[in-house]
Amino acid sequence: MLPLIETIELKKYFDTPKGQLHAVDGINFQIMKGETLGVVGESGCGKSTLGRVILRLLDATDGQVLYQGENILDWSKDRMRQIRRDMQIIFQDPYSSLDPRMTVRRLIGHPLAVNKAYADSKARNERVDQLMETVGLARRVAESYPHELDGGRRQRIGIARALALEPKFVVCDEPVSALDVSIQAQILNLLMDLQDQLGLTYMFITHNLSVVKHISNQIAVMYLGQCIEKADSEELFRNPLHPYTRGLLEAIPSMKYQKGSRRKRPIQGELVSPINPPRGCRFAPRCPYAEATCLGRDFKLQEITEGHFVSCRLFEK
Amino acid sequence: MDEAILEIRDLHVLYKTDLAVNYAVNGIDLSLRKGECLGLVGETGAGKTTTALSLLRLLPPQSGKITQGSIRFQDAEIMELTEADMRLLRGNRISMIFQDPMTSLNPVLKVGEQIGEALRLHTKGSKENLEQRVEEMLEMVGIPAARKNEYPHQFSGGMKQRVVIAIALSCNPELLIADEPTTALDVTIQAQILDMMYELKEKLGTSMILITHDLAVVAENCDLVAIMYAGEIIERGTAEDLFTACRHHPYTEGLFNSVPDINDRAERLKPIDGLMPDPADLPAGCPFHPRCPKRLPQCDRKKPEAVSFGSHQIKCHLFRQEEDSYAAID
Repeated sequence: MLPLIETIELKKYFDTPKGQLHAVDGINFQIMKGETLGVVGESGCGKSTLGRVILRLLDATDGQVLYQGENILDWSKDRMRQIRRDMQIIFQDPYSSLDPRMTVRRLIGHPLAVNKAYADSKARNERVDQLMETVGLARRVAESYPHELDGGRRQRIGIARALALEPKFVVCDEPVSALDVSIQAQILNLLMDLQDQLGLTYMFITHNLSVVKHISNQIAVMYLGQCIEKADSEELFRNPLHPYTRGLLEAIPSMKYQKGSRRKRPIQGELVSPINPPRGCRFAPRCPYAEATCLGRDFKLQEITEGHFVSCRLFEK
Repeated sequence: MDEAILEIRDLHVLYKTDLAVNYAVNGIDLSLRKGECLGLVGETGAGKTTTALSLLRLLPPQSGKITQGSIRFQDAEIMELTEADMRLLRGNRISMIFQDPMTSLNPVLKVGEQIGEALRLHTKGSKENLEQRVEEMLEMVGIPAARKNEYPHQFSGGMKQRVVIAIALSCNPELLIADEPTTALDVTIQAQILDMMYELKEKLGTSMILITHDLAVVAENCDLVAIMYAGEIIERGTAEDLFTACRHHPYTEGLFNSVPDINDRAERLKPIDGLMPDPADLPAGCPFHPRCPKRLPQCDRKKPEAVSFGSHQIKCHLFRQEEDSYAAID
């Protein structure tokens, strides 16, 4: 079966005064229709840039993005405009991604109006009502402005907008990280229900591993623009291999109360600069297992067990 | 047992605006002994930060007002201190770490100067002493002393938070209030910062109030836990009580169920329905009753009393004190 979305050696470099910033550096993945890929990493690892490059909100430096087998990076603007209906994004911050001067009805109806999806405003309004119901927004807030609503409701607007044109593929860029825990759970459940109902395909970007576990089929862990481990969600949590993935999992505080024994060893140090990175494993400066052989050569993702890829000296065959 | 260093009794705080009166904190009691760490847990709008600001009398002067209650810190009643006495206290004996390290540092001052500021105000000593102490503080939070002449924008988020912590600890405070100190940080950096705060607290014997919305952070760091909802403490106890006992307030249960646990295999989360009530229009009776799945007939009429099981206290009609004084509630 053809994957809905596939990237091949996708790269995005930014030119900065200090040199080339390698935000996305050779990412390969496939997402099947109706499935979810979780992309996990810390701030600055390039995960949001990746999402934007796939949607061509940023132009890629090199590589391919295949949508149903066709490389959309070659497409003309007009052709791209057609396909944009199929590919949408839900942004992280429900506070800054909504126009404060539009009512909820206009905000949700905007993509419909821009794309002339409905002949008249009556039909459009009916669709907006339907969308509001789908995402669990009460009819009475239709004439409200975003500032009158809390974060959870605003994020529901963001979701309704993304769904307005019946997309096939949605990039969810940290859709719950600005929300309170009890609201996070509501939104995550909503996204999962919508996927079941509408057969959506998600790329779910987050820094929180515990969030993606519930929603993803596959998880890719990113570090400084590169994918360092990729596996089925179950497998990744059961058997994390890369020292960085293990460190990430260990850094998540656990709800299990253990008297006295709270000390763990968190990953030391911070992300190094992604500008002109040297060859070699980019995690090496923080890695407890780093050796001289980790530096000076490129690492590729290698399949260790079926479907479980990792790029690390420790697992080289 | 040691004397409590902080004792809050029946604190009420409200914010008055032209449109409405918001009841942010509605009668909370807290006490904290030397060296203890209290986790204050709740969602946005629960009144956690308001409680902390009241302790330092830093509520916005136009709108915020403490209407009732007492806050005793050591032998002083904070409510009765003059502003000059408060200034001697703030940053010296009680200090606070604010949530967002990006905005709580002054972008045009070198970090060394910012750490030195609190020291200059509260300690006597020569300029050399001061500089030496600034360097010590930086080293203590894991930043090379040579970086004291850099500006905040030259530091990463985690490093800035370390600087903020160095400022807060520079005068060896007896009480440290940390308001969501790691919320803006990545998980690996969060783990580093929490570890460091825990070690410093042990080393310096500081008492700490850790404000957070993350139950897991509390499980790993706190001795005592208080869960806030709509300006009230609805459940409290030792960390052991909160994380191992079988009896919980329905809101606490909801919080536990909302958090995706990586050790859990459940497919769906079980969120709490509905939203936090509007502080200008709080429901009668138990503030949680409109969202509560275990609501009883009396919940919308009568405020529940706190019921104790040893050190564990729950404010909910579902539970009754074993002594018969509470048996009348039915």
